[in-house]
Amino acid sequence: MTDIYLGADRASDAEAAAVDEALRERGVDAVVQPETERLVTSGRARRLARRHCLLPALHALQNEAGWISPGGINYVAEVLDVPPAEAFGVATFYDLFRTEPPDHDGDTFHVCVDAACQIAGYDDLAASVRAAGGHVHLGPCLGQCERAPALFVQGAGGRPDHVPADAEPFELPQAGDESLRLLRRIGVADPSSLESYRAHGGYEALRRAGEMGAGAVLEAVAASGLSGRGGAAFPTGVKWRAVAAEGGRPKHVVANCDESEPGTFKDRIVMERDPFAVIEAMSIAGLATGARNGWIYIRGEYPLATARLQGAIDAARAAGLLGEDAAGTGHDFDIAVWRGAGAYICGEETALFNSLEGFRGEPRNKPPFPTTHGLFGEPTAVNNPETLLNVLDIVIEGPDAYRTRGTERSPGTKLLCLSGKVGRPGLYEVPFGTTLGDLLELAGGIAGNGELQAVLMGGAAGSFVGPDSLGLPLTLEDTRAAGTTLGSGVVMAFDTSDDMTGVVVRIAEFFRDESCGQCVPCRVGAVRQHETLVQMQRRGSLSPARRALIGEMAEVMVDASICGLGHTAASAVRSALALGLIREAPSP
Amino acid sequence: MTETTITETAVTLTIDGRPVEVAEGSTIHAACVEAGIETPTLCWAENLTPVNVCRVCVVELEGSRALVPSCSRPATEGMVVQTDTPRVRHSRRMVLEFLGSGVDLSQADDLQRWMKAYGADPDRYGDEDHPVERVEEPVKVQDELYIRDYSKCVLCYKCVEACGDDAQHTFAIAVAGRGFDARISTEFDVALPDSACVYCGNCVGVCPTGALQFKTEYDLREVGEWRPEDQTVTRTVCSYCGVGCNLDLHVQDERIVKVTSPSDHSVTSGHLCIKGRFGWQYVHGE
Repeated sequence: MTDIYLGADRASDAEAAAVDEALRERGVDAVVQPETERLVTSGRARRLARRHCLLPALHALQNEAGWISPGGINYVAEVLDVPPAEAFGVATFYDLFRTEPPDHDGDTFHVCVDAACQIAGYDDLAASVRAAGGHVHLGPCLGQCERAPALFVQGAGGRPDHVPADAEPFELPQAGDESLRLLRRIGVADPSSLESYRAHGGYEALRRAGEMGAGAVLEAVAASGLSGRGGAAFPTGVKWRAVAAEGGRPKHVVANCDESEPGTFKDRIVMERDPFAVIEAMSIAGLATGARNGWIYIRGEYPLATARLQGAIDAARAAGLLGEDAAGTGHDFDIAVWRGAGAYICGEETALFNSLEGFRGEPRNKPPFPTTHGLFGEPTAVNNPETLLNVLDIVIEGPDAYRTRGTERSPGTKLLCLSGKVGRPGLYEVPFGTTLGDLLELAGGIAGNGELQAVLMGGAAGSFVGPDSLGLPLTLEDTRAAGTTLGSGVVMAFDTSDDMTGVVVRIAEFFRDESCGQCVPCRVGAVRQHETLVQMQRRGSLSPARRALIGEMAEVMVDASICGLGHTAASAVRSALALGLIREAPSP
Repeated sequence: MTETTITETAVTLTIDGRPVEVAEGSTIHAACVEAGIETPTLCWAENLTPVNVCRVCVVELEGSRALVPSCSRPATEGMVVQTDTPRVRHSRRMVLEFLGSGVDLSQADDLQRWMKAYGADPDRYGDEDHPVERVEEPVKVQDELYIRDYSKCVLCYKCVEACGDDAQHTFAIAVAGRGFDARISTEFDVALPDSACVYCGNCVGVCPTGALQFKTEYDLREVGEWRPEDQTVTRTVCSYCGVGCNLDLHVQDERIVKVTSPSDHSVTSGHLCIKGRFGWQYVHGE
């Protein structure tokens, strides 16, 4: 019995079993609590007690039946105590969930249509999948830009999701380079073996951190000058200290692995090839901040990285490196993995919390900030995998040695995602301060017709720079001064044969599709911006009035949107206009 | 015996150059009200938790890079706020214009007034060859109590709040879909009588645009007979149970055409149940 109103539809046995299994994996019994038990915890607390299992349950339904049926929603609603209207609202938020019966019973082939795949000809890939009888879904960036055009296969009928390209051999472009820091174990250590990770220095940092104690670790991270590598570049030491200072409530460390910025694939490669490093660094974060709960929120389109991280967690737990008195540090810490389901916005930290908690992935207003009101409203340190990786070196070699690389204001090295028209696309690591031109040379120079037209820096939320920016030192301060950004490390090159108008229109469409719809400036602004650019594309010109309108729309999105998605939705468009990359009407 | 007095801590902030004192925990919006500065709001209501999604109440706050929503940002000591700068006016105008360009605001009187005040021109988007996308949905008439016309919906979340945690705890509706396609919906868009809806009408009570409308009002509007200027409002106490809810009976041509409750009433906070809201036919001997 439940006091939630449910319609007459019932789940099939297979759907119910799939949900039960997903919940069991997360330590929750898939039974409707008797009323007497439910009264023990009542009201809002009861509603929230199991709700964070909603996303895993919806994944189970989608994978089993190929869609989320009314009966399936009712079953999940009943066992998780979530009103069916809200469960439906959550299910319809994500690209990977369908709430209408599929017209095919096979897998769904997601083909990326964003910039790198656009200029690599995604339509040929889509056509070949269709010719082979596959059901194609055209969608946003899949985080495989170095091997564009990208494909992700979403399984149905209980078949697992997979990425065909994962079966191909992997090699890092800089393999063998002695100067690599963050990437030094990639392609060297076996990502499925804890012994191999340890043989290459793994878990030395956590041991050292245990000896140093939380205060000294916080001190070292702050002194290193490390800043967040997800795009916002917030000082990690400040964030960790703020969480460490909170007491009396459970605390959390969240690895933001929802890498979805078009052009970004660095975290995917790190998680796939060096998963133990991510979880070791999370353990250090837990130790330093006093958080016992670790969460990995990873985008749904990364099945290999998910499996490797889960494998690493299982192995670490079996070896006593996670759990009670983790690694003998005296601190309890464990990690759970939650999969996203196709929503760019869930990379925004507060949207991520809502998504993980089983709500729609809509960003929260800030303040309050995650350090005091994060996951489940409790103090939370959210970090990107690349940021976490840096902590290992900072603990082992100390902040002074760490600061010998990079610049004074941008210490350390940076992972950069090279894609588009470069000789050897892929993941690169260079010290901050390397110039854009040197980086492009390192990646084999400009491919295609060899003539550089523009570089997209920082992804769809970043901006374009022209060939005159090759001397730009890649640091936080220099890119900011030049009016661009390193963002999440995207460096995507276009040659003079690429249709930049098409690329910019697609970027605008990306924001139109990915806006969560919560606030008016972004929900409507992203649509109007895209419409104005489509109008321009069809006419072949942009009138001065329309150009001014794009500026006016950008201003309200930057000034009045709730989150970073709205704040940056006009950034690439404006830079493309300023650089003359897209056609405009001649001056009157 | 010692008497304990609880003193409220006051904070002082500056709004448009004037010092304003409010109790700690008050919002910037409350301080603006205190100072007599009209601030447009859409998703804010005094009987609901602020969701700060419409962004029409934004103000400039010294030290903040972006504008801040006055409806939810707590006022703190020493804050310096500007409510009438070009940036603020621009954002408000654009938000109103965006809304007007996408949904039917013909029955949203406050919005119409603000659009005029801020110079919003919703028609400047698109052209004959490139019409803009609008929210176009058929009116849902599924029962005799109220209708839902989502082509008038500005997604202010008020109805969801009233149906959920803020008043009724029924959770019959939620936001479904994403981005411009987001809609207020029951699960799988089932008709209201098949949903968890208990017909308290509290969603209708908080709707600012007429997207949710009592069937009586809708029917009169359909035949051009809805005349607010000819209506009287009589306050009374609901006769059904002993709770004591205040009712405002809106009467036109000697017939009750809708029932509301004052949002500042200590018992109802503006919310009612199906009986008080819809159970008045007996007055007319029906």
